[in-house]
Amino acid sequence: MSSALDELYQEVILDHNRRPRNFRTIEEGRHAEGYNPLCGDRLTVYLRIQGDRIQDASFQGSGCAISKASASLMTDIVKGKTIAEAEALFERFHRLITRSVEDPVDDLGKLSVFAGVRQYPARVKCASLAWHTLRAATDARNEVVSTE
Amino acid sequence: MTSIPLTRTELDVRSVREDFPILRALAHGKPLIYLDNAATTQKPQVVLDRLVRYYTHENANVHRGVHLLSERATDAYEEARKTAARFLHAAETQEIIFVRGTTEAINLVAQTYGRVHVGAGDEVVITVMEHHSNIVPWQMLCDERGARLRIVPMTDEGALRIDSYEALLGDRTRIVAVTHVSNALGTVNPIRRIVEIAHARGIPVLVDGAQAVAHTAVDVQALDCDFYTFSGHKVFGPTGIGVLYGKAALLDAVPPYQGGGDMIRSVSFERTLYNVLPYKFEAGTPNIAGGVGLGAAIEYVEALGFDRIGAHERDLLAYGTRALEGIPGLRLTGTAGDKGGILSFVLDGVHPHDVGTILDREGVAIRTGHHCCQPLMARLGVPATSRASLALYNTRAEIDVLAGALAKVREVFV
Ligand SMILES: Cc1ncc(COP(=O)(O)O)c(C=O)c1O
Repeated sequence: MSSALDELYQEVILDHNRRPRNFRTIEEGRHAEGYNPLCGDRLTVYLRIQGDRIQDASFQGSGCAISKASASLMTDIVKGKTIAEAEALFERFHRLITRSVEDPVDDLGKLSVFAGVRQYPARVKCASLAWHTLRAATDARNEVVSTE
Repeated sequence: MTSIPLTRTELDVRSVREDFPILRALAHGKPLIYLDNAATTQKPQVVLDRLVRYYTHENANVHRGVHLLSERATDAYEEARKTAARFLHAAETQEIIFVRGTTEAINLVAQTYGRVHVGAGDEVVITVMEHHSNIVPWQMLCDERGARLRIVPMTDEGALRIDSYEALLGDRTRIVAVTHVSNALGTVNPIRRIVEIAHARGIPVLVDGAQAVAHTAVDVQALDCDFYTFSGHKVFGPTGIGVLYGKAALLDAVPPYQGGGDMIRSVSFERTLYNVLPYKFEAGTPNIAGGVGLGAAIEYVEALGFDRIGAHERDLLAYGTRALEGIPGLRLTGTAGDKGGILSFVLDGVHPHDVGTILDREGVAIRTGHHCCQPLMARLGVPATSRASLALYNTRAEIDVLAGALAKVREVFV
């Protein structure tokens, strides 16, 4: 594999793709559906929110390795965070996957495995789909969001 | 220049490849292997040269000026129309309407013929394997008119169910719209038979030829279809130009599509008289260079000959089918008996998008996704497929690279 491919398909991403975490529904809570028309990725993000804190997060759906791993890691990481904290994290995550090669890397802990996405502009939407859907779910609009 | 093949029966692919400058390119440092021909085809030097010659020596508006250049431009453009008429074996040149592409051609028919003939309670029949461009224009028409869209089903292999098709046709059916070759499955539909069945009930048929014309000779009179559409860019011509063929009697009897210059005979504020065919349907300054370039592209494939092109592509398809079937976990979608050069597949445990990215890094360009056929994907029960689509310049060696790259995909994911 070329190094750019290695960077994109890191072991952590492949692992979360193979065995996605929090791959279930949450009965009593909010959810939103995310859709990427380019490749047909479809995710539903489920949240249980108390006050302004995310108590539980999960997802279902089908998608490429990048979108599945992103949803898997995201649902792990936002658990216990406030909605505002999750939103701030999304903004940093988005910068991580869209920054130019010269820009300094922001250390986002586990999420840093997605740094390689920036070399694949066509895949940015895959990585950000779960986060867009999370945002819609916290807004409790219960609607379909699209990456377009 | 157009290559002259070595024998009468075999395509000299090496020399054909030299006609296409882009095929010398590298992609991510590897030789480009272009297997996305169903999306668009590459252009031979003769087409590029023709565009340059047009803009260098002939450019003017058409049908308007008395000056030399306008005459040259008009001649070149109308010559291209004759070439397209010969290409499709149309009875008359005026049956060739230049449009932007297949999409515009189908919208034109839906908005002119369709609006005249489809009313409340009527039915339009399409098939489950149509491209969105042969679904949505009819859906829009049906919504507007309170008409109903009926869908011809297919077998799991991807062949149309002709018995169900026949049963679907009724006294409310106003038009049948069907693809000649499926862009997502490769299925070649039995158009002659489909037309015969519809005509027996007095129903006209539109054929979407977008995926056919680069691969097989088309004779609209032998098919006896009422409308036939294709896009120039899928037959080695420029983007932004395509053809709508329609039987003159049908085209004559319906109102124009868009209003404007060129499509009129005379205009006053009280009343406008429309121009004759084909100009009635070509409002405004057309894509002149595109038409001229398309003419050159058609001449290019005609010189190679569809017997040779067809034989070469059949060989590649058989070779590619064997190669892909040998890959563990790979399932071909679309295995109809009569098939064109499309290898659509799903790989167990790997999303097509990931397949596409890894192949791209190997220099192999394929399409992944729903191929503008979401209802078909729903029928197949998959969100997306990967698709390698062949053209006359592809080789067995390129298929080998594709198969090797797919093995790499499995290494990463399985
Ligand atoms: C079967 C089929 N019909 C219609 C179209 C639409 O062609 P265009 O986008 O050139 O109008 C395509 C091309 O994608 C196609 O494959």
